[in-house]
Amino acid sequence: MREQPAWSAPDPTPGKGLWLLRAKVFDATDLKRAITRIGHEIVERNHGAGDIVLIGLYTRGVAVAERLAAAIASFEGVEVPVGALDVSFYRDDIGLRPAPSLRPTEVPVDVTGRIVVLCDDVLFTGRTVRAALDAVIDFGRPRAIQLAVLVDRGHRELPIRADYVGKNLPTKWDEDVRVRLAEVDSEDGIEIWDCVEDQDGEVEP
Amino acid sequence: MKHLLGIDDLGAEGIGEVLGLAEAFLEVTKRDIPKVPALRGKTVVSMFYEDSTRTRLSFETAAKRLSADTMTFTAGSSAVRKGESLLDTVRTVEAMGIDAIVVRHRSAGVPHRMAGWTQASVVNAGDGWHEHPTQALLDVFTLRLHRGADLAGLRVAIVGDVKHSRVARSNVKALTALGADVTLVGPPTLMPPDLSGWPVRLSNHLDEVLGTMDVYYVLRIQRERIGEALFPTLREYAARYGLTEERLARLADDILIMHPGPTNRGVEIAAAVADDPRSVITEQVANGVAVRMAVLYHLLAGDGRRPPEVLGELEAARA
Repeated sequence: MREQPAWSAPDPTPGKGLWLLRAKVFDATDLKRAITRIGHEIVERNHGAGDIVLIGLYTRGVAVAERLAAAIASFEGVEVPVGALDVSFYRDDIGLRPAPSLRPTEVPVDVTGRIVVLCDDVLFTGRTVRAALDAVIDFGRPRAIQLAVLVDRGHRELPIRADYVGKNLPTKWDEDVRVRLAEVDSEDGIEIWDCVEDQDGEVEP
Repeated sequence: MKHLLGIDDLGAEGIGEVLGLAEAFLEVTKRDIPKVPALRGKTVVSMFYEDSTRTRLSFETAAKRLSADTMTFTAGSSAVRKGESLLDTVRTVEAMGIDAIVVRHRSAGVPHRMAGWTQASVVNAGDGWHEHPTQALLDVFTLRLHRGADLAGLRVAIVGDVKHSRVARSNVKALTALGADVTLVGPPTLMPPDLSGWPVRLSNHLDEVLGTMDVYYVLRIQRERIGEALFPTLREYAARYGLTEERLARLADDILIMHPGPTNRGVEIAAAVADDPRSVITEQVANGVAVRMAVLYHLLAGDGRRPPEVLGELEAARA
């Protein structure tokens, strides 16, 4: 049984609490290699890129999906359709935290019969992916749904695993893994941050 | 935010938030399965003390597409006819366990009173001559889809019976909050007695402003609200203030014509004008569902009945 309820988790929002950079895990080159490798793995495992749809989960998952599509196009010569999904309406914690701002969902093709690869930056509890599975199935009946993430940081709360992983990163539960992508954050990289003081001003032991 | 009683509850920032949500929900309404589980387990009751087709159906559709349960209450077929007071009705409905009340009433201020009586969120679906905030929100949403997010400097004429119109009052607030330039047009008898504090211009002649506006928002002549003789005949009103085909011919190709519905064809708007490509009247209705989804989601998804502390306690108890 976990010791801390989710609600006392330190808030990683900038300006809340005091956070220190513990380690830089990936720089821009590492990230590029990981994307290229995952692109190859997706095509290899599905015997081509013909039936694949990449669907990114807001915010950074959309950038991941676009980069994977670009990578696949560069070595396979196939333009894979890319979609974007906001899973806010499907979350299991609606009403437990402030209503998030929503971004329009875009699924450019009929997913029925195709292989959907969900793309996200970090796989943590698995609850976002659970919501995304429900959302995708509302659009049709894909032949298969697979999951690609840049970081798997453990601490799953649901029976969900990723098919393609950039980096397995064992973490403490109250650490924060920050994937930074140029499309959103102006630079590329993956970092682990430690909470020294949480949002209530309490110092971590 | 707990209630939506008037546009002032939102302010310019809140309007922007709701319209942003509405864009996401507009996509949902266009899906093959236009339904998401966002408000599963919530109950929305619509209490209509006044006749309505589009607003009631629009709210119910919105709630259903968010997977909320809906209950409908119309004054004509309820215990109100046996003399039940408003307060007792609200308490009875609330005792069934509800999360939101959508209310329309012929008296201004009823939603405000209800908000003081109940734990549920109250949404004003039109109270007397006072406000109709969701109508104004869907109107500015429709405008933004056609004119881009920035409505600053957009010239909007609101034509007709402003005095009795809650739609006009809410729209003046919403449009001016977003920086639009509003002109009220109508005979002096149909203007509010005092316009001080309203950031609007005034004209008593439609032909005077014709050709100088980007949007013509035509109000319905509300025969049910007008008890006295405020203009000689409907024919004379149509001749002086109706948006006729002759007037339409003098307007540019990129103007928009709006109307909150239901239209009195041949009175405030000619049939051919309502069906003109520049008219966005049916689009307003379609957008209404997405905007009302956004309003319900904004009110009900934000602060649920189980605050974070409760969940923390639940988990602590389980551990």
